[in-house]
Amino acid sequence: MLEIKNLHVAIDGKEILKGIDLSLPDGQVHAIMGPNGSGKSTLSYVLAGRDGYTVTQGSVTLKGKDILSLSPDQRAAQGVFLAMQYPVEIPGVTTMSFLKTALNALRKARGQNPLDALQILKLLREKAKALDLSQELLSRAVNVGFSGGEKKRNEVLQMAVLEPSLCLLDETDSGLDIDALRVVANGVNALRAPSRSMLVITHYQRLLDYIKPDVVHVLAYGKIRQSGGPELAKELEKTGYAAFAREDA
Amino acid sequence: MTDTPRSAALELASQPYKYGFVTDVPSDTAPLGLSEDTLRFISTKKNEPSWLLHWRLEAFRAWTSMKEPRWAKVHYPPIDYQAASYFSAPKAGPKTGPKTLDDVDPEILRTYEKLGIPLREQEILAGVTAPSVAVDAVFDSVSVATTFKKELEKHGIIFCPISEAVLKYPEMVQKYLGSVVPVRDNFFAALNSAVFTDGSFVYIPPGVTCPMELSTYFRINAKNTGQFERTLIVADHGASVSYLEGCSAPQRDENQLHAAVVELVALDDASIKYSTVQNWYPGDKNGKGGIYNFVTKRGACRGKRSKISWTQVETGSAITWKYPSCILQGDESVGAFYSVAVTNNAQQADTGTKMIHIGKNTRSTIISKGISAGRSQNSYRGLVKILRSASGARNKSQCDSLLIGDACGAHTFPVIESRQPSARVEHEASTSKVSEEQLFYCRQRGLSSEDAMALIIGGFCREVLQELPMEFAVEAQKLLGISLEGSVG
Ligand SMILES: Nc1ncnc2c1ncn2[C@@H]1O[C@H](COP(=O)(O)OP(=O)(O)O)[C@@H](O)[C@H]1O
Ligand SMILES: [Mg+2]
Repeated sequence: MLEIKNLHVAIDGKEILKGIDLSLPDGQVHAIMGPNGSGKSTLSYVLAGRDGYTVTQGSVTLKGKDILSLSPDQRAAQGVFLAMQYPVEIPGVTTMSFLKTALNALRKARGQNPLDALQILKLLREKAKALDLSQELLSRAVNVGFSGGEKKRNEVLQMAVLEPSLCLLDETDSGLDIDALRVVANGVNALRAPSRSMLVITHYQRLLDYIKPDVVHVLAYGKIRQSGGPELAKELEKTGYAAFAREDA
Repeated sequence: MTDTPRSAALELASQPYKYGFVTDVPSDTAPLGLSEDTLRFISTKKNEPSWLLHWRLEAFRAWTSMKEPRWAKVHYPPIDYQAASYFSAPKAGPKTGPKTLDDVDPEILRTYEKLGIPLREQEILAGVTAPSVAVDAVFDSVSVATTFKKELEKHGIIFCPISEAVLKYPEMVQKYLGSVVPVRDNFFAALNSAVFTDGSFVYIPPGVTCPMELSTYFRINAKNTGQFERTLIVADHGASVSYLEGCSAPQRDENQLHAAVVELVALDDASIKYSTVQNWYPGDKNGKGGIYNFVTKRGACRGKRSKISWTQVETGSAITWKYPSCILQGDESVGAFYSVAVTNNAQQADTGTKMIHIGKNTRSTIISKGISAGRSQNSYRGLVKILRSASGARNKSQCDSLLIGDACGAHTFPVIESRQPSARVEHEASTSKVSEEQLFYCRQRGLSSEDAMALIIGGFCREVLQELPMEFAVEAQKLLGISLEGSVG
């Protein structure tokens, strides 16, 4: 699914990612853990194609095709989805019409017919229900006045509706209480499929009790320092990230 | 790394103004210059009665003693009023009076086809879209076609070019013309009163709800001409009507003047909803060319419980100077102003409204959304005036500005004058920016950069766009996206 090779990324000339290698096979879920400021969000943004993140070296391919030359919307059409750490507010645009516009743009790019308002409404209601999100939220402006938990669930709702093949989840667990965490994890687990891969970024081990990863990577100071099975996450909980001191400093 | 999206956006930004073509038709054009003879020329061309010529002459004499207003926050070199022509009509078209589409030059029909303005009733009726829209098409100084006249006549509704109304319904025109905007009201209104050529006249008889949208489409085609249209809409007791105005002009390097006057009169329990999607040629990126849109629009709520609402989406013109206003004379009358004004590149807009509360328990609402991009300047100027007589008057104003980039300016000049202690006036204002974060969020979900911009802008303007008739709201949102495309790098 996703192949990242020797990826170096700079922001404003400052190198943040210093040679990332990562291979995410079809249908697998990999977790990325690491201390604050280690470059986790940077990695997710650069994969999604945000402006201002300059790739200075390396390559990224999705299903064998280079994606670094694509615009964010072209990447979305190829199946990239990023559930953001800080979801963005769009005043005056209802969640419903936002998702309708997005889904139909993606369907068009993928050569499918657009869905009409009624079909979309039905789809959204069903998906919202599964995430324990109230219908009323769909007719409110995107993320405006949403609680922290609602924002995160709204990201997962969008993911469920847009049916991506590569899901990037950036700290989708932060700010959630235990019940909300369970709902979100169930939502994510329901999307696990042989043709879909996930990169789950988290600061805490807790989320991984609910979303069982195939592989856990530790990202610290711009590099992947260690990779292992789910047990690595448990270990980190005990030892913390202190062991991964900067080696370049 | 990814400079693809940015260059795609730039490419779109430099796409030419879609409506900028010129129609090649032989025309009958007045010699350049403005004098009493010009007015006589126009009046003769239109077979006008002598009272109207006298009215024009009076306006002209007033105008010569008036000064061009300079208080607005717009800058332009002095206008040479002698260097323009004040009348231009396509030759093939008949003068005033009844006409059929067969009399209209096919080139002109093709022009409206290209602009997407339906003039053939059969085709509209055969189409799937209901309810239909009746159109008066004004090409330079004359109306070339008015659709659905017969259908409207069945309800006693008059919808025709004002030059025709002058001949067919002289008492009505004489009674109301200049009754809301007097000839001496301001410099541009006086100029318009002297040289106005065509525009629409609407009369809705008592108790009648107009069964379709009425609309006028203004097209400036000829070079070196100004367009001075005059629109008069009267809704009698208990009548109601929704009217839409659209416009466009060829892309030219010279500035062209458009100085219109629109007067609305609502009697007891009548309501008039007036919507504008203004898309005059804005000039090029460097500010060369474009229309000077200096317009006086005013509605008089003369009757009790009458209602007038102005909805405008202003995307075009090099300079816009325009303050659609309501005089709330009848007790419990209601005025509204919903506005979106977009400026990009070197455009300048100074627009807003005046709400004059005279009657008891009169109410007014102002929602103004200003969007500035490029090096443009966008000003809101509003006056809420509550006279001593207006006990229980209420006003609610909301002015929001949205900035795109750092080189543009947004300014608001709200003035409140109240002489009535029981009046309640609320004013809210905000300024925000379209963030790179919002655009990225939308594009991550699959929207192209132009669709992302249109969606965000549409959200910002939602309260105004929802006041437009449905079909036009969709068009307006697209137009907003196009006007602003490429303004975020
Ligand atoms: N826009 C930016 N400009 C400058 N530095 C940035 C920017 N965004 C992130 N950084 C820096 O990049 C590093 C990694 O940040 P981030 O990817 O957000 O880390 P994480 O998500 O792991 O907490 C931090 O040192 C942060 O300060
Ligand atoms: Mg982060």
